[in-house]
Amino acid sequence: MASELAVEATGVVKHFGDTKAIDGLDLAVAQGGVYGVLGPNGAGKTTAIRILTTLLRPDAGVARVLGHDVTKEPDAVRSRMSLTGQFSSVDDDLTGIENLVFLGRLFGYSNRDAKARALQLLDAFGLAEAGAKLVKHYSGGMRRRLDIASSIVVTPDLIFLDEPTTGLDPRSRNQVWDVVRALVAEGTTVILTTQYLEEADQLAGRIAVIDRGKVIAEGTPNDLKASVGSGALRVRVEQEDRREAAQATLERVLGEPVIVDADPASLSVRVADADRAALAVAELTREGIPIVNFSLAQPSLDEVFLALTGRPAETTEDAA
Amino acid sequence: MTTATPTRPRERDAFESDIDRVRAALGAGTRPSRPSVISQSFTFGWRALLKIKHVPEQLGDVTMFPIMFVLMFTYLFGGALAGSVTEYLQFLLPGILVQTVVMITMYTGHTLNKEIQRGTFDRTRTLPIWQPTVFIGALLGDAARYTMASTVILTLGLILGFRPDGGLPGMVLGTLLLLVFCFCFSWIWTALGLIMRSPEALMGASMMIIFPVTFVSNIFVDPSTMPGWLQPIVEWNPVSLLATAVRGIMAGDAPMFEVMWVLAASVVLISVFAPVTSYIYRRK
Ligand SMILES: Nc1ncnc2c1ncn2[C@@H]1O[C@H](COP(=O)(O)OP(=O)(O)OP(=O)(O)O)[C@@H](O)[C@H]1O
Ligand SMILES: [Mg+2]
Repeated sequence: MASELAVEATGVVKHFGDTKAIDGLDLAVAQGGVYGVLGPNGAGKTTAIRILTTLLRPDAGVARVLGHDVTKEPDAVRSRMSLTGQFSSVDDDLTGIENLVFLGRLFGYSNRDAKARALQLLDAFGLAEAGAKLVKHYSGGMRRRLDIASSIVVTPDLIFLDEPTTGLDPRSRNQVWDVVRALVAEGTTVILTTQYLEEADQLAGRIAVIDRGKVIAEGTPNDLKASVGSGALRVRVEQEDRREAAQATLERVLGEPVIVDADPASLSVRVADADRAALAVAELTREGIPIVNFSLAQPSLDEVFLALTGRPAETTEDAA
Repeated sequence: MTTATPTRPRERDAFESDIDRVRAALGAGTRPSRPSVISQSFTFGWRALLKIKHVPEQLGDVTMFPIMFVLMFTYLFGGALAGSVTEYLQFLLPGILVQTVVMITMYTGHTLNKEIQRGTFDRTRTLPIWQPTVFIGALLGDAARYTMASTVILTLGLILGFRPDGGLPGMVLGTLLLLVFCFCFSWIWTALGLIMRSPEALMGASMMIIFPVTFVSNIFVDPSTMPGWLQPIVEWNPVSLLATAVRGIMAGDAPMFEVMWVLAASVVLISVFAPVTSYIYRRK
């Protein structure tokens, strides 16, 4: 049934000793497209994903994946979804081909078909040459690609990607984004966690922001940005003594308090959208206040949290 | 008419054409029907053998370790305990075989525990397979290691002058009984491997079990030379019974009681610890 939800979680709780990793999580994810789960270190993203992928049992609450209860029907869940975890799940002591053939065999491909499938995937992920090498000699980006390839030996209806781009260079990150888009185009629902608003904004149709094991905001990236502002406009004036004039102009155009930075020539101000920012910069020029440069930055996760919770994103991870 | 083609770095282009291949691969990933439990187990066994192939260093424990043991004990105790080295070897070799292979079973838990620390375990746990095949397969791979160790020891024994009356069939049957027992016994390690937090802690715990049971046995000396209070402990030590059974079979004179006892113990071990392992695994 296309109408069933990809994920439906109600009141899910998971404690590790005194740590409330997941503390009453509610989530409803429709099928199709990318759903982003955004949260800082220690927010409970991985724990939530591990519960949804049958790796952890929740202490309380109900979680259903594609209509199947994760604790009562783990096998039904496993036969329709797959996971690329935060930490590599490929086998270092095997070659790339062997990793994929092993999985293909477990899914029920014959030896020959498993091999053919492995070669097809390696080729698609730009690993054809590295296929015969042991995975321990792979770079981080190659390993991540093999990990994702491992998750689609049989194309799943739903795939979980836990921080798929953390630690990758920009090029590898773009490759992963391309793969995510390809997955969606082929009809797989993607749920991905990330610490970057930009990534969620680029890929996801809807985003849930989680903090301390709870969803604190949910909606489209535009909803989210409307409540947070689209970011900060930072301006650097040429003459320090003109900063005050620039401040007055920006405040007048944007109607927001302008923050003067420690750097005596720069200022920054929150803006609702890029058009307003352009207007404000134009106004400075019109008034003859020379500027050295300006930039419009996406709000950082910190700013999102500040706006949503009134406090900075803190990592609940133990210092130890 | 000229169309401006956007220029992009070459590398990026290379992967972009691959994206079509990713889509093609996604389209081709139809789900085959589920393989049998036996096929799943053999797939895990195959993986275990591949790992041996890629990291042959890890075979040290099934080759060097047994060779050292046989040489050390034969020449260290041979003269003193039995008067002659060849004579002692007839008694010692089946025992050393038992001790070595029982000791190697520890690595089962060790390997498993290491695997849990790595992500590979998460991968197999999210697959639509009958989950206990993870362990059955690993143990099948281990059985290959036990066989290798047995072959090394028996070959070395034959070179040094081991001549059992049961001949080749006796040696094969004796080894087989040992393998059956070790396959069942290893489930203790899979259970411990799931419980213990680190490979180091696990190793410590395993040693605490293995050293007493293999040394306080009849492997090295006849228990009749031991103090009275120790004799019953040694005689009823499962490893002693196993050693007696293997020794007897190799000598062409299978001791019914011990053989039956070993088989019964195997059944008990597997029917207790296999479900326990499964239970811990599912609860994790
Ligand atoms: N196995 C565990 N035992 C004890 N505490 C745990 C365990 N797993 C997670 N935690 C704790 O639960 C909280 C949530 O962790 P989780 O890994 O889910 O966060 P996360 O959002 O994935 O963070 P990150 O961005 O760092 O991956 C953290 O405080 C973490 O220390
Ligand atoms: Mg995480």
